[in-house]
Parts: sequence; C-alpha cells; structure tokens
Amino acid sequence: MIELVQTYWVYFLVGQYPNGPLGGLALTVLLAALALVLALPLGVVLGLARISPFRTIRWPVTVIVYVVRGVPLLMVIFWAYFFLPSVTGHKTEQFSTMLIALVLFDGVYLAEIVRAGILGIPRGQFECARSLGLGYWRTMRLVILPQALRHMLPSLVNQFVATIKETSLGYIIGLTEVSFIAAQINTQVFTRAPEVYGLLALTYFVLCFGLSRVAYGLEQRLVRGSPVRPAASTVTAVQSLKAPA
Amino acid sequence: MGTFDIALLLSGQYHDWLLRGLVLSLQIAATTWVLAVPLAIVIALLRLAPLAALRAAGTVYVEGIRNVPLLAHLLFWYFGAPELLPEGLKQWLYAGNVEVVSAVVALTLYTAAYMAEDIRSGIRAIPVVQFEAARALGFGFLATMRRVILPQALRVTVPPLISQTLNLWKDTSIATVIGVAELMYQAAKVESATFRSAEAFAFATAAYLTVSLAITGLAAWYHHHYPARTA
Amino acid sequence: MIRFDKVNKWYGAYHALVDVTEHIAKGEVVVVCGPSGSGKSTLIRTLNRLEPIGSGTITIDGEDIHRRGLDVNAFRSRIGFLFQQFNLFPHLTALENCTLAPLHLRRLTPAAAREASLALLDRVGLAHKADAYPSELSGGQQQRVAIARALAMEPPLMLFDEPTSALDPEMVGEVLLVMRALAKDGMTMVCVTHEMGFAREVADRVIFMDHGRVLERGTPEAFFSRPEHPRAQQFLSDIRTPFAQAA
Repeated sequence: MIELVQTYWVYFLVGQYPNGPLGGLALTVLLAALALVLALPLGVVLGLARISPFRTIRWPVTVIVYVVRGVPLLMVIFWAYFFLPSVTGHKTEQFSTMLIALVLFDGVYLAEIVRAGILGIPRGQFECARSLGLGYWRTMRLVILPQALRHMLPSLVNQFVATIKETSLGYIIGLTEVSFIAAQINTQVFTRAPEVYGLLALTYFVLCFGLSRVAYGLEQRLVRGSPVRPAASTVTAVQSLKAPA
Repeated sequence: MGTFDIALLLSGQYHDWLLRGLVLSLQIAATTWVLAVPLAIVIALLRLAPLAALRAAGTVYVEGIRNVPLLAHLLFWYFGAPELLPEGLKQWLYAGNVEVVSAVVALTLYTAAYMAEDIRSGIRAIPVVQFEAARALGFGFLATMRRVILPQALRVTVPPLISQTLNLWKDTSIATVIGVAELMYQAAKVESATFRSAEAFAFATAAYLTVSLAITGLAAWYHHHYPARTA
Repeated sequence: MIRFDKVNKWYGAYHALVDVTEHIAKGEVVVVCGPSGSGKSTLIRTLNRLEPIGSGTITIDGEDIHRRGLDVNAFRSRIGFLFQQFNLFPHLTALENCTLAPLHLRRLTPAAAREASLALLDRVGLAHKADAYPSELSGGQQQRVAIARALAMEPPLMLFDEPTSALDPEMVGEVLLVMRALAKDGMTMVCVTHEMGFAREVADRVIFMDHGRVLERGTPEAFFSRPEHPRAQQFLSDIRTPFAQAA
C-alpha cells in the first residue's frame, strides 16, 4: 500500500499538471468550490422567486425546482453533455459541462435552503423593516438576507461537502477528477484494486469529514450567540463630547 | 437534429431496451429499500445504545459511509471487494450477476447510513421523559424502543424516510458506472445506437420524474393523513 | 391630524373593527385600552397600513392613506412604530439599527447619520451601548433602542403596540419614562397599553374598545373615576381587583 501511495501520490493529487490539464483531488476541490460559488447567487435568486408574491414568477420557478430535484444529477449532466454542444455551437469540454450541470443542480437545492432560511426569520423583523419605510428589496437586502445567510452557513458548508461528492460523477463523462484518476491508477497497477479504491474512499472521507466538522463548529458558534465586536471608538468619542453631568 | 420521433419511444427494439432499464432500476431500488430499512434501524439503535463501544461502531459506520460518494462505493464493491473474497465465492459471484449484486450492496450500505440518521433524529424527537417513564416501569432498552419509542418515532420519521427513498431512486442511476443495465445505461445505449439523444433522454427524464412525483405525492398524502401527534 | 371614518375590518367572517370613527389631534397622547381581542392592536396597525381595512377611510393630515398612488414606504417612514417584541435587527449593533433607515431612506451621510443616532441613543439613555448587539441588551434596553430607531426618521406621529407587555416588571419603568419624555416634547402618540398608571399620568385621552368597537372615550380622569359603559366598568374593576372574579 505504501509504495502505491509513494508512486502515485502526485498523479492522484493534481493529475497530469503541469504537463497537462489539472486533475485529481485538486480538480475535485476546484470544481466543487467554483460550482458552489456560482450556484449560491442562483440559489438566492431562485429562493427569492419561490417566495415571491407574484404567481407569474413563483410558479415557473417552482416547476423548475420540482423537475430538477426529481431527476438524478447524472441526468442533468447527460442533458448538459449532449445538448450544450448544439446550443453553444462547438463541443463543450468536460469541465464546463460538469460545472454547468452542478451549478444548475446545486442552485436548485440551495434555493430550497435559502427559502427555508428566509421563512425562518421571524415575521416581526419583516414587519418592522417595512414599518420603518424600507421597501421590499431593501428589507431583503439589509435585514432579512444577512440574517438568513448567517443562519444558513452550516447548511452551506454541508452543501459544499455534498458538491465535492457530486464531482465524482465527472468520472462518467471522462473528467479527470480524483475518482477517474484512481481508476486510471487501477488499470496500471491492476492487481491492487481493493487498495486503490480503499485509498480513494479514505481520501474522500478525510476531506468531507473534515469539512463537516467545520460545519458543526460553525453551528455551535451560531447557537451561542451573535459575534462580539471589540469595544469601539464611537463610545469613547461620545463620552468625550458629552459634558460631565 | 431533426424532428422528435416519439414512435421510437412507444414501441420497437429501443422502446424495449428503455423499458427493461426502467424495470431494472425499479427492482434495484425496491430490493435496496427492503434491505436498507432494517439495517438502518439497527444502526440507529447502535448510535443510541447505552454502551459506548456500540455507539462508536454506529458512528464509524455512518460517518465512514456518508463522507464517501456513492460512485466511489460502487467502484470499490465492484472492482475491489470481489478480489478480497475466497476463490470459490469469487468464481460463483462472477458467474452470476456481479454488477447488480455490487450495486445493491453499495446502495444498501449507503442508503442505510442516511436512513439511520433520519431514524435517529426521529427517535431523539421523542421527549426523553417517555424513555424514562418506560424504564421506570421496568422495560429494558430494546423493549422500550420496541414498545414505546419506535411507534411514536415512526410518524416523525416517515417524511424524511420518504425523502431518502426519493434519493435512493435517483441514486440507482449511478450504478450505470459499473455496467448495470438500468434506465440511464439503456438511455445512453439507445443514444449511441440511434444518435437520437433527445428521445432517449426524454424517456429517461419522464420516467425518473414520474416515479419521483409519485414518491413525493406519497409523502404529501402521508403528511395529510398522519400528521405528527405531540403529547 | 388623524381621522378614522367608519372604519371596518374583517378577518374572514370575524368582524375585527366595527364602524370605528375617531379623531386624534396633533400633539395628543391617546391610550387605547381594552380586553384581549378587542381590536386595539388591529386598530393601530391599520394606521401605518400593516393591516388593510375593509371599508371606511383613514386620513392623516387630511390625506387618505389608502389613496391610489401613495408611496407606502415614504408614508411609513414618517410614522414611528414600536412593537411588543421590539424587533431590533440582531445582526446590527444598536447604533447601526438606528442609522439603517436614515442612511438608506433619507440619504444622510454616514457621519451625519451616526451623529444624529448617537444623540438619540443619548436621549433614551443608551449612548454607552451604541456598539452593543441586541443579544447583549436587556429587554428594556432593547425597547429604548427601538424608540431611538423610530425617532431617527423624525416622524410626526408615533404608534406604540403594547411596548411594555413583553418586559419584566422592573424594566417597564425605564421605557415608560422615555415615552413620557416624548409626550412632554409634544409628540403625537397613540399607545395600546395595559399600563394604567401611564394612561392616568401622561395620556390626554383614553379610548376603550371591546369586540372591535370603541365603547367609551374621555379624559383619563373621567374614564378611570366615572366610567359610563358597563363593559368599561367591568374592565376597570377586573383590573383593580383581579381575584374577585373567581368567587
């Protein structure tokens, strides 16, 4: 097992880089991070649309959400893989295909997380902001979303973990992410399949378990209360201005 | 791309391929479900056991399985695990339907890990005083679970379990990677035979959606007829 | 300043406000009281359009607040509203809670908004807590910050929806003191409250409601010593001798 790791660890971690495109674990993490970063704005937009008071916005988005959540991710990847070329005019390579499929798929899941997060904010917050005279969008931007996104942080980290696992499906369309690399290693070594795939599983475990611990830590911090800021200069400024009573 | 040829989907050889794939997907999902639920209950109870070693075993199982993608599980059980078997068993396995067996094993273990967490949450939702009351009456741990806790936990647990069933249904598609001739595999096969990607994938999409909506509908029906009752 | 003209409101089949007709003058402090479910909260919530009305008109300074084309946000920004649950924004400090509306709605510069808000926090006695988060403040302090926040927009009218009902008894006084100071400064105030001491000392008029109707109105002195409507008499006696009912 040790020689296996020693021989192939670079290939496993970064693929053929720098002699070729980035691959392996680095590609897995990069793809997942990029997908989540792009999916989050989409998720916020779709989540807001799902609670929109206007039916013409709410219904189509609800249909999209139900359809995307009702089919496997692999289906979305295949749709992207087979139909993007005809839409864009030229053959789309695997990374872009996976990225687009992941952004759409995760965006829809994030939409539900965002929606739940917004609905979890007490109604009084919304009423109060409106009572101050803030319009709907300002209320969302300044009062509701900051609170909702903060509460959603552990869910977002968990979604990142899920996305890392989703990148493994790139294997099926030939993307050189870490599972594909493991399979390549296996064909070269051939008689050590349990070890190769055992190491693959271990790698995912370390990465994903580590991240889910971070999510847990975040959740505990959120439960304990709002962040404490250092004592500010504004207080001393006022006190120096005010004449002693 | 040409026009959409719906006749392709309604009868003929390709229709048969797709239908066979759909049937196999349903069979795999059903078999996995039947195996995973009891396993999930066992794991959930392990996680809640009074003995620390048992709890650790349950936690190792759940965290170990859930932090590895299903694809990696399938690759391990198909390529890796048979190599570990004694020679006679290995030959018997390869003579039979090793792809489907590997897929069901991987899916069962994977799904059970998630279901175990949902069952555990359901049990934990029952106020601890229920547990204490049963113990005070003289019931042991397992008896308490069987007679007092699990029946109450059932109502809370069913919605997330139905949601996991939905995930299981969609996860059967990943078995295509080890060559299981389920729906996704057949759709890709039709595509490569006819170059009619739209028709093939439209069938697959419609099939997945229909079963998904049926499962979701079941969840809504259950929620309507059996809402969770609190004390 | 405020005129209710045959205002009715229904929640489905339930008649929440019944032919309410009232007039509140500028600078007046009016206390609305009555048993639970009498419609008092509903009444003041209609004033800043948090609740719609079924029929009738409400005019403020001669303007129908439900007229087409009214900018609701601008309208609301000119009315201060205090909630029973304070509703401070937990992700912002006390100071930031106060400067939020002036910064975005009145287009003050950050420095001007900070200065004005600090002065208001000082007015309610909480300048030293400007950088505290709501979770670090007591209930009474939070409600006072909420008052400062409402004042930041310099409204000519302030509405109080049971501002002290969610407070522990020892904190009620500090909030009522601030409210009394506001009244002395000439603010037009409509308060739904159970604090009869406040009504007696600070209010110019008391309005008594039950089941959506205004049953009695008058000066505090008249209402508390010589209530005319039997329901008002019952209400006052229940408050004064709560244990007598059980007999």
